[in-house]
Amino acid sequence: MTWTNVVIQGILIGGFYALFACGLSLMFGVLKVINLAHGDIAVVAAYVAVFVTPRVHLPEVWAFLVVVPLFGLIGYIVQRTLIQKSIDRDPFTTLLVTFGLSVIIENLLLEIYSANGQVVNIGSLISRSWHPATIVYISYVSLSVLGVAVLVLAFLQLFLSRTGLGRLIRAVADDREAAQLSGANYRHVFGIAAAIAFATVALAGIAYGMMTQFAPTSGGVNLLFAFEAVVIGGIGSLWGTLVGGVALGVAQQIGAHINPQYQVLAGNLLFLLVLAIRPQGLFGKKTALA
Amino acid sequence: MSTSSEVTIGRNGTVRVRRTLRSPLYTLISAPIVIGLLSIAPWVLPAQLSTTLTNFYILVIMATMWNLLAGYAGMVSIGQQAFVGLGAYATLYFALKGINPFVTIPLSVLVCALIAVPVNYLLFRLRGGYFSIATWVVADTAMIVIGTVAILGGGTGRLMPGLQNLSPTQTAHFSYLAAWLVALAVVVGTSLLLRSRLGLVLSSIRDNEVAARSSGANVRAARRTVFIIAAAGCGAAGAVLTISQPFVQPTSVFSLQWAAEMLFVSMIGGLGTVEGPIIGSIIFFALQQSLQQQGAWYLIIFGSVAVVVALWQPRGIWGAIRDRFHVEIVPVGHWVESSAPPRRWPRRRSAHEPTVPSESPDA
Repeated sequence: MTWTNVVIQGILIGGFYALFACGLSLMFGVLKVINLAHGDIAVVAAYVAVFVTPRVHLPEVWAFLVVVPLFGLIGYIVQRTLIQKSIDRDPFTTLLVTFGLSVIIENLLLEIYSANGQVVNIGSLISRSWHPATIVYISYVSLSVLGVAVLVLAFLQLFLSRTGLGRLIRAVADDREAAQLSGANYRHVFGIAAAIAFATVALAGIAYGMMTQFAPTSGGVNLLFAFEAVVIGGIGSLWGTLVGGVALGVAQQIGAHINPQYQVLAGNLLFLLVLAIRPQGLFGKKTALA
Repeated sequence: MSTSSEVTIGRNGTVRVRRTLRSPLYTLISAPIVIGLLSIAPWVLPAQLSTTLTNFYILVIMATMWNLLAGYAGMVSIGQQAFVGLGAYATLYFALKGINPFVTIPLSVLVCALIAVPVNYLLFRLRGGYFSIATWVVADTAMIVIGTVAILGGGTGRLMPGLQNLSPTQTAHFSYLAAWLVALAVVVGTSLLLRSRLGLVLSSIRDNEVAARSSGANVRAARRTVFIIAAAGCGAAGAVLTISQPFVQPTSVFSLQWAAEMLFVSMIGGLGTVEGPIIGSIIFFALQQSLQQQGAWYLIIFGSVAVVVALWQPRGIWGAIRDRFHVEIVPVGHWVESSAPPRRWPRRRSAHEPTVPSESPDA
């Protein structure tokens, strides 16, 4: 029964990892850019939810209504300026620039809000849980986050496969030059993809702030987990990312159950194991491999 | 130091290929003076300044290694702190075994190089950004694993033994000398490496990877070698770090801040040049010392400058100076001098670029 609970907790946290990772996956799939500031953008979103939304008289629970569209817009702007500029140089520059941004954001947050932990205040909802069996506790917050993750992934999948804009994004992702020849403005398409990525990661950031404490340095750790989820699931597969997130979450919970020190280690070891024996991931294509 | 050779190319007649445009006498006279002055620095300069210089050398070592990885071999590693930390802990381990701290430096370098061999086989399965984050995962894993080893102090860290019988002044002097000599060895070694055949391959990867591959350069093997060398070099930096600030703690020696500093310093100074990381380190320390009271602002400002440099001046400060004035302090490339038609010389674009076919007749 204890192990059932461990696995359930792993699945719940895995949903969060998938939500965090889908923006990373999308940015890489379409722009071929690994955004090393991805985690820090989530943290900024959480800070905005805590410190800015109360000023506009909105309860923090509903912060995402403002923050998610705002970050979509920011994503579009950042892509059309900084990231596009670095893509025009070479892929190497995008890594340097996004890592630079990551360090800048982290230290700015540290200077402005100090290293103290913060939470997105959602009142008594945080402590409520569903209690289906003797030692199985399912927190409503975690369950909602898992639900949101599945919804977001389903929405993205439908959006990419069924809508005109989704087709345009896939066309640009597959062959930028050919799409350009057919009249697609790839810069605009890149902007849209970045907007979606920023919006989803903002949502993930707020969810993180609801589930646990966050600090300026939380971004890096979460970027690592998101990245591990993407690689375990298979690069370029949205549902693979969900499976990867769940696998990572379960591995971490099993590790933590053995010894709390081993939580992150177990996840890292699963990642390295997948890298060693199945580098394309569980559902991946071989495109990202060397 | 100057080697010049004559190569016949097509109808243009002979082309002279030279290492450097200035007389080697300058190097022969100035190098011993600089080396001598910096070697006696801790006995002359105030203690505070020589501590700063020690940290400066440590940064120069790391940045030079990172530049070799990213500037030449095109691998953006954000996990080099793995080897800084492992080097630091290897030093601690050997010192706990009773070995003289200064003797442990080469041992720690060896340990890091050995660890890098299996690690590179794992990491080289990924490329580009995925490689970058995977290096970070490795660093994170190394930190956690080391943190669970009780004899090394676990998560709280441990004081480096073997230095307590020296007076504080002696420790400062010796750690200065260790840092300075390792930095000197790393910079000279890197220059020699870049003048070797491997260096030629690396320079060609830096300039155009596809062309390098199609000319028969074994890019992957060169990358593996560089990865192992960079791991060893960062291990040396970690070892020196442990000696100069003898308390070793996982979260500080494995800190991502090392990666950030290496990256910013190389980018601002100039990627793909030997002088760049040194110049970047000087700027970094000048900024850090002047903004000491303002917390993390030096890192914010430095990071912003690095981003601006990456976007608008990708060859960095030294690259800009070299392109403008055709100067090199450490000659690692080749200057091509055409004897046939009179033309503006040296040509702006390709003058400093290594000319692959003309340099090595055995290629």
